Amino acid sequence: MDFTSFLIQLLNSVQYGFLLFLVASGLTLVFGIMGIINLAHGAFYMFGAYIVWWLFGFTESLTLSILLGVPLIMLLGLAIERLAIAHLYQRDHLYQVLLTFGMILVLNECQKIFWGTDFYSVPVPEVLSGSIPLTENQVYPVYRVFISIVCMLIAAGMYLLIQKTRLGMTIRAGASNREMVQALGVNINWVFAVVFSLGAGLAGFAGMIGAPVSSVYPGMGDQILIISFVVVVIGGIGSIKGAFIGAMLIGLADTFGKVLVPDFASMAVYATMAVILLWRPQGLFGQSAH
Amino acid sequence: MFRTSLTTNLILIGLLVVLAALPPFLGIYYGNLVTRLMILGIFAMSLDLLIGFTGLVSFGHAAFFGLSGYILGILMMDTETASIYWVLPACLGVTALASLVIGWFSVRTSGIYFIMITLAFAQMLFYFFNENTALGGSDGMFIFAKPTLAIGSWNPIDLEDHHTFYYVVLVSLILSYLGLRRLLNAPFGQVIQGIRTNEDRTRALGFATRRYKLVSFIIAGTLAGFAGFLEAMHTSIISPAHLGWHESGNVMMTVILGGIGTLHGPVLGAFAFGFLHDWLQDVTQHPTLYMGIFVIAVVLFLPRGIAGLPADIARWLRRKPPGDGGSPP
Amino acid sequence: MSEPLLTTERLGKQFGALRAVFGVSLEFEPGVVHAIIGPNGAGKTTLINLLSGNLPPSDGRIHYRGQDITGMSPDRISQLGVGRSFQKTNIFPTFTCFENCWLAAQSRRPSSMRFFRPARRLADVEARALGALETCGLGERRDTLAAEMSYGEQRQLEIGMMLATEPDLLLLDEPLAGMGSEEATQVIGLLRRLAEEHTLILIEHDMDAVFAIADLITVMVNGEVLETGSVEQIRNSAEVQQAYLGVEEDEV
Repeated sequence: MDFTSFLIQLLNSVQYGFLLFLVASGLTLVFGIMGIINLAHGAFYMFGAYIVWWLFGFTESLTLSILLGVPLIMLLGLAIERLAIAHLYQRDHLYQVLLTFGMILVLNECQKIFWGTDFYSVPVPEVLSGSIPLTENQVYPVYRVFISIVCMLIAAGMYLLIQKTRLGMTIRAGASNREMVQALGVNINWVFAVVFSLGAGLAGFAGMIGAPVSSVYPGMGDQILIISFVVVVIGGIGSIKGAFIGAMLIGLADTFGKVLVPDFASMAVYATMAVILLWRPQGLFGQSAH
Repeated sequence: MFRTSLTTNLILIGLLVVLAALPPFLGIYYGNLVTRLMILGIFAMSLDLLIGFTGLVSFGHAAFFGLSGYILGILMMDTETASIYWVLPACLGVTALASLVIGWFSVRTSGIYFIMITLAFAQMLFYFFNENTALGGSDGMFIFAKPTLAIGSWNPIDLEDHHTFYYVVLVSLILSYLGLRRLLNAPFGQVIQGIRTNEDRTRALGFATRRYKLVSFIIAGTLAGFAGFLEAMHTSIISPAHLGWHESGNVMMTVILGGIGTLHGPVLGAFAFGFLHDWLQDVTQHPTLYMGIFVIAVVLFLPRGIAGLPADIARWLRRKPPGDGGSPP
Repeated sequence: MSEPLLTTERLGKQFGALRAVFGVSLEFEPGVVHAIIGPNGAGKTTLINLLSGNLPPSDGRIHYRGQDITGMSPDRISQLGVGRSFQKTNIFPTFTCFENCWLAAQSRRPSSMRFFRPARRLADVEARALGALETCGLGERRDTLAAEMSYGEQRQLEIGMMLATEPDLLLLDEPLAGMGSEEATQVIGLLRRLAEEHTLILIEHDMDAVFAIADLITVMVNGEVLETGSVEQIRNSAEVQQAYLGVEEDEV
């Protein structure tokens, strides 16, 4: 592989990794703070993509669609949290897995009822549709770079939120000791609702901004969910830092896997997971006693 | 600890008698359906061994169910016929090996990590078969030739005959149930129940719990492989969907629906789930939607499942205070 | 003077910046009842967890019967003959008393990887289990579900389970915790009988019990050993009294 191809794949890895990070961070936060495994998390990603496609039909503007869509997804997240997730707080993981599995079935079917089973595409905005020349005859799409930059800004924003704000402090405390936070009188229900909606919003946003690149199709939520699980397991449950590193590792494994070992591309991701777990069963930044 | 009351035993025997007597009354369609549900019952019991009796919530159990079917398909690809006396052990052997490898990684973790890791490994196998064009890719493959029980020219049981196959599956179900009962009453079974109830204490008593969990995982996986073998024999198809997480979720659902840790419950759950699914497909365009709602409802309102219903109802009836107007439940 | 059954050499455990146990070097002679006392947070339970293998040490070594058991897993240490009872009752709530002791007794079989013959046919296991039940006073309650017993009975079961593993060395973490005086007297009597044939390492807050049955007492403060000596010596020690000043109220 020559240097330019390598660079292109690297850029693709990073872009994919960033999108994965957005989705995985919601998943890991929800588990770390609320102790809930939410299998339906991928549905937010999927609904994000579908909503942006749907809104684009009216607005003809990706930006506007995203601006309108994110609050919608967060609202959906809030509704799901209040109606279904709130019943799971004291229950076994087994029941959480099953209930959210039931939710996937319902949400996937709702998507088919509303929008059918076709593949849809969302066009890249004019202004971002150009390409950056890398060499004489190889270019790289501006939009993909744009995705990476936006995700990077969001990641930085999340870092600031978690490290520098009061809410972030509560979130960090909750991730390491939920009972203590509750005992301190923080309105834990409110915190949970916020965290869940935030996670949903992040996943939805990833679906929206990634739609021009990945298309919009049934089952896209399931796919990204499993990979996000792998990211969270690798990074360590409850760790945003872990989700970031894990997402980048998987981005690399998946992208380079597809190029280097195309017949076993998907397995590259799981092989990476197996190797890391062999070395650290609790993930890179997870706590050992859980 | 695992024990069944005399009443339960009698009811189970009664149900078995019903199952044995049914075939003349069932058409081909329902005969096949009940055969399939008995196979799912075996699959569900194998998962109950893990979830209900060892405390291991595996979300990738379908991997073993589907893998076994694929091995059958692969072995039968270029032959007219083969002897089941080596084909079945081969399928079970590969499945056991896979559960050894996956189990070895997985039992080093616990709780949610275990759930996620088993899911991820199952997905790995799913993608392996899904992207493998030689094996039919996402469409899977037909299994035209089937292994037989024939020795030389003596063929005692014709597995191709659906009627006969029904009884073969019924006997398999009974043997699986009895085998698991034996296992649970044996020293091994005592230890895994201890692990499920209180793993720390079990370890403090001197048991190398990780080893027991691994063995349980292998037994459960192999039994799931047996169910998968029967399924592939029955339907003559194998596809990646058999390994998918929807399949894993569905079987987990039948275990909860039937009653975790009861052993017979999951078989009841398989039947309930199976009939519901069959009915929904007839009455609506969106069966999955209603299955999803059903799953949610069971988790919220029926956590002890069908097998727990008699006890739940009894407790609910006892709750009525004596001075109550006597309103019917 | 016989060889010590268990020795620790500068044993330590750190949790991040917190030194829970530091520089503990002790010898436990066979047949001796050795109590470990100290204010809350002194590191006593951490020490027991280190000895039973529940926590790996950060520093130091542990030897049992001359064998280095540092960092060994709890199940292997149990198989060597070290029994453990827990401060927070740690039984199998959905099992009957008999089943609780049964599983404990079964652990002494060479292997439980047996899949066919019914466990209940193992006469030696049954004998051990019933023996342990009798010794801890729960013979009448064999078929009662553990969860349905009183707190005191559950504490007795806790000891019974430990006894069913036929240990030589008993690590007892606050066996009298939460007990009324009548129950406590019974358990003290049990411990005295056990002391005739076993070595005991006992963490307790109940000073009357400690002074009644201990041969040796080690006082721990802030993770370190303050003093080790006979009951008389500790009772009269000025340092120990100082360490306990204001601690009387903590003894609940």
